[in-house]
Amino acid sequence: MTNNQYFDLLMWARTTGFDIALTIMVGGILLRVIEIVVLGRKKDFAKAKGSPVTQGIKTIFSRSVPRKGTMKEAPVTYIGGYIFHIGFFVAFLFLGAHIALIKDLIGLSWPDFNKAVIETAVALAIVAAAALAYTRFTDPVRRRLTGWSDWFVLIVSVLPLITGYIAVNKVFGVDGTLWMAIHILSAELLMVSFPFTKLMHAVTFAMARYYNGSIQGRKGAES
Amino acid sequence: MTATLERGLNALREQIDAPVASFFTSCVSCGICAEACLFYKETGDPEYTPIHKLELMRRMWSNEYTLLGRAKSLLGLGKKITDDDLTRWETLVYDSCTMCGRCTMVCPVGNDITMMIRKMREGMSASGHGPKELVGAAERHTDGTSPMGDLTQALLKRVEQASKVTGIEIEVDKPNVDYMLMLSSHEIASGEEMIASVAKIMKKAGHSWTISTEGFEATNVGIQLGNRDVAANLVSRIVDAAIKLKVKTVISPECGHAFQAIRWEGPNLIGKEYPFEVKHIIEVLDQFRAEGKLTTNGKNGDRLTFHDPCQVNRRGGINKEPRRLMNMVAENFIETEDAGTMNWCCSGGGGVGANQRANDLQAKAFNIKKRQIEAVAPDAIVTMCAFCHSTLEDQLEANEMDDIEVLSLTEMMAEYLDD
Ligand code: SF4
Ligand code: SF4
Repeated sequence: MTNNQYFDLLMWARTTGFDIALTIMVGGILLRVIEIVVLGRKKDFAKAKGSPVTQGIKTIFSRSVPRKGTMKEAPVTYIGGYIFHIGFFVAFLFLGAHIALIKDLIGLSWPDFNKAVIETAVALAIVAAAALAYTRFTDPVRRRLTGWSDWFVLIVSVLPLITGYIAVNKVFGVDGTLWMAIHILSAELLMVSFPFTKLMHAVTFAMARYYNGSIQGRKGAES
Repeated sequence: MTATLERGLNALREQIDAPVASFFTSCVSCGICAEACLFYKETGDPEYTPIHKLELMRRMWSNEYTLLGRAKSLLGLGKKITDDDLTRWETLVYDSCTMCGRCTMVCPVGNDITMMIRKMREGMSASGHGPKELVGAAERHTDGTSPMGDLTQALLKRVEQASKVTGIEIEVDKPNVDYMLMLSSHEIASGEEMIASVAKIMKKAGHSWTISTEGFEATNVGIQLGNRDVAANLVSRIVDAAIKLKVKTVISPECGHAFQAIRWEGPNLIGKEYPFEVKHIIEVLDQFRAEGKLTTNGKNGDRLTFHDPCQVNRRGGINKEPRRLMNMVAENFIETEDAGTMNWCCSGGGGVGANQRANDLQAKAFNIKKRQIEAVAPDAIVTMCAFCHSTLEDQLEANEMDDIEVLSLTEMMAEYLDD
């Protein structure tokens, strides 16, 4: 392909491609959330001892911190998990170009981080993902639980990080057009697969934690 | 498809609700639940990973309740649940889970795995895959007054004995009282001490109380087996008795799953709120303490530790109450590691203790508790569940640690009442 064709690809990825991906992602997430909510939940007739709603909401946040003593039981999963999530979101939310895109979409913007911070975050996230992949191979519990969809999710989450790094740093030559197109397409792959894979946890974790907290909260038990 | 398989799948289908769907959608296969589970922890076998125990329920949810799964099913692709699957999972769902609730506390996305095990058992038992001991106990309790058969005569005998040793008159089936005491069959079988203790405490606190001969058994094998019909029937006996006697509060005795059954599941099993309150005996004692109606004299000087029953503390919300009471009567109270909300199970809950097939596995799973007990080297372990109580005694004996006594907190409080 000529440079011109790369440019066309990039333009498609930025416009039509992005619109398609965004539509599938947002529509898909809505459908998946509705498909959960319509299943409903029976009214609980047991007289509450604690406050289910407050504790449900509290648990959405408090469950982000590991319970005392549990970190040492699965350090790679915990630490790798944290670094991956933080690194991913730092790169996603604080790169100047991403902020501009978000501003275009929803009108909100905030200050960006400098390149060194973003690149450190990306590098750490990639290492963390490699560590998580390693435990999925070697640890018997993780190996037992890991299916093709877990691998798929891990790969599509890491791809935008790697391709983004290559594109920004023009690793493969001065003209970054092709790699920028690949980067955007990889992000679109992530968006398109989001509603149909475990990537959905990024939305439904709040529901799950809320339910857990409210069930325990009704009993006056911790969560 | 056989009729029983279909019945099982229908029962399981009924259990899938929004929380379940949100849990399966959110699971990221991180495996963190495994390390929280006594069965994985003590065997190192990944089969015992909590979320893996729910694989069949997850499969049903995925096939029938998700976009992609439904599309696959339409094309005849989704993997179906077979009778063989149910047979294979039976041991995972019943033998390797005490419904202790630890996994539910650690899952980073917040999955209430324990609640789903409870739900999955509905499908298992409806498809004829309940352990025979639990099925037998359910039949005996349905036909009689307890899982040990008809215990009414034994109860009356114990009441008479308790009256004699305490010199306090105890009237069964007395209407319009403040409290109606339930008992677990273990407590009735083992002696009159629990009834005598409650008699002394109630006298001291100045409250009227009774025991109903029509609804005294607190244990409810229906919730362990996972059979809503059995569970609802057993709960309604107590509810009917309490309404008939117009009592204000029903006391759930020192029994973990009984508390879970009558306090938290019961109203939902019968589909309505109770016209009375339900309290665990330790909540009642702690309330008496706060009101100044429970005062004690002297303390036990032995080195004492406390075992938290999972269904009373972690899954029942009673954590500080027993500790406040312990501090009134224990000179030398020492907590084990993880005490309180993250306490490890006695190894016998959720029907595991009654299930003979699970004996060896249970003995292994007890090791975590054993190490924690050894680390504090107590003279006695105090607890507030009759089933934990007897499980601890049995496991300590099997480990040649039976120089450590197991005590009931209620009985201990009664012993130190001042007069
Ligand atoms: S801890 Fe939660 S998210 Fe992780 S594997 Fe277990 S159920 Fe799934
Ligand atoms: S409830 Fe307890 S025994 Fe059952 S799977 Fe969870 S941690 Fe294991």
